[in-house]
Amino acid sequence: MVLGRAFEDKCAKMYYDRKMLGFVHLYNGQEAVSTGFIRLLKQQDSIVCTYRDHVQALSKGLSARAVMSELLGKATGCCRGQGGSMHIFSRKHNMLGRFAFIGEGIPIATGAAFTSKYKREVLKEADCGHVSLTFFGDGTCNNGQFYECLNMAALWKLPIVFVVENNLWAIGMSHLRATSVPQIYKKGPAFGMPGVHVDGMDVLKVREVAKEAIGRARRGEGPTLVECETYRFRGHSLADPDKLRDPAEKAHYAARDPITALKKYLIENSLANEADLKAIDKR
Amino acid sequence: MAAIFQGVGAAAALSSLPSNSFDSKNFLFSPRRSFSVRKAPSFVVVRSDGTMNLDLNPKGRRAQQFIANAVTTKEDSSAASSFSKPGNELLLFEALREGLEEEMERDPRVCVMGEDVGHYGGSYKVTKGLAKKFGDLRVLDTPIAENSFTGMGIGAAMTGLRPVVEGMNMGFLLLAFNQISNNCGMLHYTSGGQFTIPIVIRGPGGVGRQLGAEHSQRLESYFQSIPGIQMVACSTPYNAKGLMKAAIRSENPVILFEHVLLYNLKERIPDEDYICNLEEAEMVRPGEHVTILTYSRMRYHVMQAAKTLVNKGYDPEVIDIRSLKPFDLYTIGNSVKKTHRVLIVEECMRTGGIGASLTAAITENFHDYLDAPIICLSSQDVPTPYAGTLEEWTVVQPAQIVAAVEQLCQ
Repeated sequence: MVLGRAFEDKCAKMYYDRKMLGFVHLYNGQEAVSTGFIRLLKQQDSIVCTYRDHVQALSKGLSARAVMSELLGKATGCCRGQGGSMHIFSRKHNMLGRFAFIGEGIPIATGAAFTSKYKREVLKEADCGHVSLTFFGDGTCNNGQFYECLNMAALWKLPIVFVVENNLWAIGMSHLRATSVPQIYKKGPAFGMPGVHVDGMDVLKVREVAKEAIGRARRGEGPTLVECETYRFRGHSLADPDKLRDPAEKAHYAARDPITALKKYLIENSLANEADLKAIDKR
Repeated sequence: MAAIFQGVGAAAALSSLPSNSFDSKNFLFSPRRSFSVRKAPSFVVVRSDGTMNLDLNPKGRRAQQFIANAVTTKEDSSAASSFSKPGNELLLFEALREGLEEEMERDPRVCVMGEDVGHYGGSYKVTKGLAKKFGDLRVLDTPIAENSFTGMGIGAAMTGLRPVVEGMNMGFLLLAFNQISNNCGMLHYTSGGQFTIPIVIRGPGGVGRQLGAEHSQRLESYFQSIPGIQMVACSTPYNAKGLMKAAIRSENPVILFEHVLLYNLKERIPDEDYICNLEEAEMVRPGEHVTILTYSRMRYHVMQAAKTLVNKGYDPEVIDIRSLKPFDLYTIGNSVKKTHRVLIVEECMRTGGIGASLTAAITENFHDYLDAPIICLSSQDVPTPYAGTLEEWTVVQPAQIVAAVEQLCQ
């Protein structure tokens, strides 16, 4: 999480220094979701995200150097500079992409889950029970592809987990102004899968839920919809003036910063001390 | 794009060759590779009718390959003579099915997805019987969600399967445009080459018999600009099976356009395993006076017009371009250099169709060889009407083709 935060802060600096161009979407504040889920995955499991996911890439195992080079458009980047911030892919780490258009990654993840089921049932390969995770935001939950895939995943019991990072804002559109039924987790049962809501600012709670959902998928019991209530500390993208969000709301969530929360937890429960944590920061 | 493309160079996998091994790597078409990979002039031209010749001058073959009528019954001597077994006669949709079935047997990763492809057998019977044979997961009946199941096919292709996605009608793929453009076409590039998308998207399109405006669309003109995809159009049972197999074996995303009115064409095709080069045009009738470029159903209108033209003393060269993206500018160019006159006959709309692009490509590359401006006959820029008489008038008819050739050859 700390690496993610530091990475994103560095991105911001480079962007404002005009070294990085285009659309860059930072993840500050949402790190708990990424870490909570992805750290439970094996290398062969796949993840698919939308554009806000430098940190997912890092969690999945891509080197910070490769991702940063890609953001700077260098040939040494993970996609040879051809994809950029919104298109991070890694075949080796099974990161099936970040996508610029919201929702278009969800069918891709569904396809990866289909391959996993196909490999097990048609090709009869041993040791597959690979799971596919797809991360997307509250805005995507009003998009057709989301619903179409919930239907197909439940229909065929695909090993996939739909992770909603509900940060309440789609650029400048508040989730409440865009959605008739704002409780996204309730949409899972409508399609025949469990829908779970979790505090996305708390990495340990996210991990609990993630374990259960990923376990379900691996056992062949089908998909799960997990809604993580989270918040992004920065604007939608580095080009976003971010004037619409209420400062009180921002302050409320800043107080629930996942990194500080985990730090507090570790120290309170004597799992680590100040010195250890400082060492992580240094790295 | 001013590259002259040697379409035949890559493939030599017809069964008349002694070693019938096929290396799918030969067909890797990478948009980033420069087109300067060209072999020296000594090469083998492998024609899609099975004959081989070691030079490009088809004069000697002309009499043998003259097609006397518009129906695809080639004389047994030209097609079957190179093959040892008698072959079997079947309809175009059966040829597609045979190709698909053979590939599914050959490689267990090949699977089919689409609406009504499984239990129903496909609305044009292309997948009939396959679900019973291969199971419901390999021949997957999807809900009506084109964008998502096409995306699912792409995700499956990225992770190791080789899906064949059927659009019940090509027009329905308008709903899948997001996935086809962004993911199917571009993903190989944006991932820096890490992922290939060996997917085949196929289905019937074109103007049928009074199917109405929305079921009569020509999607090839909408898809042609998408970078990264390959497009082919079949027109005979022989090339339908060959293109289907080649498309499945290709590592690139290929869109195979079939035509609603051609599914019941009958032809005798060889028993042996064969494929058709995805990037090659087909010489239907060699000639001297004018080059007529066409594809899919219009091939038959052209051949019908050719009958009339021959009676009037003309000698048209008819080429079925087959490869809609990229164009086989090699075969086309050689024809233009010979006849100096070009007529394009297509079913796309006048504006922005395949004919428009082809006109531009020929003008760019072969302008010096033209003795007359290129004439492009296309469908009218209108929604296809329901009434039969009106529908007929929106599509190019043989009489117009004859008139155009007469005008060109003045």
